[in-house]
Amino acid sequence: MIDVLIVGGGGAGLRAAIAVAETAPELTVAVVSKVYPMRSHTVSAEGGAAGVIGIDDSLDEHCYDTVSGGDWLCDQDAVEAFVREAPRELIQLEHWGCPWSREPDGRVAVRPFGGMKRLRTWYAADKTGFHLLHTLFQTTLRHPWIRRYDEWYVTSLVVDDGRVHGVVALDLRTGRVEAIPARAVVLATGGCGRVFPFTTNAAIKTGDGMALAYRAGAPLKDMEFVQYHPTGLPFTGILITEAARAEGGWLLNRDGYRYLQDYDLGTPTPTPKLRSMELGPRDRLSQAFVHEQDKGRTIDTPYGPVVHLDLRHLGAAKIDARIPFVRELCRSYQNLDPATDLIPVRPVVHYMMGGVHTDLDGATTIAGLYAAGETACVSINGANRLGSNSLPEILVFGRRAGLAAAAFARSHREGEPPAVRSQGDDERRRLERARDGSSVGSSGGERIADLRERMQHTLEGAAGIYRTGDALAKAVDTLADLCERAGEARVEDTSATFNTELITLLELRAMLDVARTIVACALGREESRGAHQRVDFPARDDDAYLAHSLVHRAPDGTPSVGLMPVTITCWPPGERVYGR
Amino acid sequence: MAAETIRLDVARYRPEEDAEPVLQSYEVPLRPDWAVLDGLAHIKDHLDGTLSFRWSCRMGICGSCGMDVDGEPRLTCGTFLAEYGAGPVRIEPLKGFPVIRDLVVDIDGFLAKLSSVRPWLVREGEEPPLTAEYAQTPAQLDAYKQYSMCINCMLCYSACPVYVLDPDFLGPAAIALAQRYNLDSRDMDDRFDVLNLEEAVWGCTFVGDCTRVCPKHVDPAEAIQRYKVTAALRSVLPWSGR
Repeated sequence: MIDVLIVGGGGAGLRAAIAVAETAPELTVAVVSKVYPMRSHTVSAEGGAAGVIGIDDSLDEHCYDTVSGGDWLCDQDAVEAFVREAPRELIQLEHWGCPWSREPDGRVAVRPFGGMKRLRTWYAADKTGFHLLHTLFQTTLRHPWIRRYDEWYVTSLVVDDGRVHGVVALDLRTGRVEAIPARAVVLATGGCGRVFPFTTNAAIKTGDGMALAYRAGAPLKDMEFVQYHPTGLPFTGILITEAARAEGGWLLNRDGYRYLQDYDLGTPTPTPKLRSMELGPRDRLSQAFVHEQDKGRTIDTPYGPVVHLDLRHLGAAKIDARIPFVRELCRSYQNLDPATDLIPVRPVVHYMMGGVHTDLDGATTIAGLYAAGETACVSINGANRLGSNSLPEILVFGRRAGLAAAAFARSHREGEPPAVRSQGDDERRRLERARDGSSVGSSGGERIADLRERMQHTLEGAAGIYRTGDALAKAVDTLADLCERAGEARVEDTSATFNTELITLLELRAMLDVARTIVACALGREESRGAHQRVDFPARDDDAYLAHSLVHRAPDGTPSVGLMPVTITCWPPGERVYGR
Repeated sequence: MAAETIRLDVARYRPEEDAEPVLQSYEVPLRPDWAVLDGLAHIKDHLDGTLSFRWSCRMGICGSCGMDVDGEPRLTCGTFLAEYGAGPVRIEPLKGFPVIRDLVVDIDGFLAKLSSVRPWLVREGEEPPLTAEYAQTPAQLDAYKQYSMCINCMLCYSACPVYVLDPDFLGPAAIALAQRYNLDSRDMDDRFDVLNLEEAVWGCTFVGDCTRVCPKHVDPAEAIQRYKVTAALRSVLPWSGR
């Protein structure tokens, strides 16, 4: 029996595992991940990690930037804990070997970032997530007793009488389906960007952990808040980091005009000004793009309209020193050199502010079940996350969830209930039926990819940057229909060995469950706040909606949305002011 | 006019059915901005759901999608179909690794090698409180930075003539990772016990193919040669440390 079982081997999951291994060596800890840990999507984070370190900075200011950036939907007690613990976590990573970029005197360097009033974003050039993940992964190797289930896909949580007792998982290599009993479970599976057609997210970001919790009866929170990052490469959706603008990059429309000045984001200055223009928050920048498009001031390409990110004036030397990955990505994937060429960019789905509802220790409403990172919603990100808050978030709350899960496991020493074996057996039969085609038939049914594309375009059409009640209501029906059809989708692959088609189907079903919560929450929130913009309700409405959306799965499978108060401590709701 | 296509000859191996890998041909659209990986995804989504391969970030940083493309180990997300003219393009699993299924290889041996070099900061004494970082100047960072860029894609192993003959050879990425920590000013180890071996740095015959195929310019060949110098010095001057 595992004491603490962690689902997901990215930053949050590995940080949780290390927290358990270091503080509770008498407990058994396991990381179950559908990919080898160093493949996890944390690896793609680029720009940096925020943590107050400068003498001219303060915890209060980081809190205020985060709360105002989140359009006052953040829980302020969570933000305070996060901001307080972030610097310590970033130093911890340094002590574990993370190659942070440095000042000439040897101190860690910090850079500006969108929506941040001070320089507080630590960075490892522009591969911060890559270095952070590899540092964490290599640190876990010091603890060989952290048991790893690499390339195991968790298909369900074992929950009995309001308490988690483990997971059922499928070993990709052998096709074996096993119940893995555990005293506590931490979900750290990341986001679900793949529910949209155009996203920075890796192929693996299919909302698995959110769906696992939701199906087991834990509510999801604030699922309508989907972050569009303003600068993705067309076609691939590859992210061009906000650090490119922090280092002085400009956003230009088809006339070469820095259009953000038309959207209450400040006046252009030659060098970057904090909380202004290109260093405004992501929601506002992505919304400005749509207005430029409506005015006919974007540039048409085969992959949709774009604007230009101009880095040419920075020069090759600065680009190579500060944002070398931007140059590498542009050369490899866009066939251009940002030192001499304009980069075409468009808003791209990047991050889920919402996730599994948890308290400050990652605890969900199911006893023994915790969640951390993008999978979870604590919430420090409110209606719009600030760039460079997500990496410290996975560290701070990964650690907290790991410690809380360890404490739970220590105080719950009873043996394995019969539910574990019986649910494992049920799940095995269900998956074998799906794989051998007897439940769906390899000849009948629709292609998985066709259903997935339909889902993605439904989400883009109804739950994009601007939304309407009518489109959302239609999407509710479309997704319910797609859910039914996904139950009968065609699986051609009957092999037990590394059957990725079966996994693709399980991921599609997870995404559909999550997609339905996004649309249901977006339909329920009749106001505009942060990343959730309703054309039919264009104003923020604090009287009715200074509240989290909380969505449960009803017995018939439909999402049921309620509201829950936001925790306000020191920062009463106010106007979001940028550039003035 | 019919859209242009290109033929992909893809290695298939299903252990339940196939005694050995066979090539299966697929016609996929030839689009100027399609990588080999886009071609494979097209097969899986629209032509044949049974094809198995690994991929994730499709931006050259997760290290999942290394395969053998027309005889060369490549990241398929960053290798474009247009490079291959009229085709066909042969896509096989990375050479030198046991094949699990189709294009999926067993990487557990590689991971055990990574672990064996103590890839973490080795320090003596108590960890200081989490109030200040260890100082490290930009020059000290530069001393190891290049070796910290490895994405564990294993192309270097697939290209290495020594590893392909001797699977016990510690190999380019693991030695480069050891050097990443050896050369870090915060580290106090030299990993002599795991590197100064016939199956480690002394096994390398300095062909340099590892460096040639590395998509991240880590230069493992240089890491290995540098450690040979370190090890030789230490053998002559045992107190020299590093």
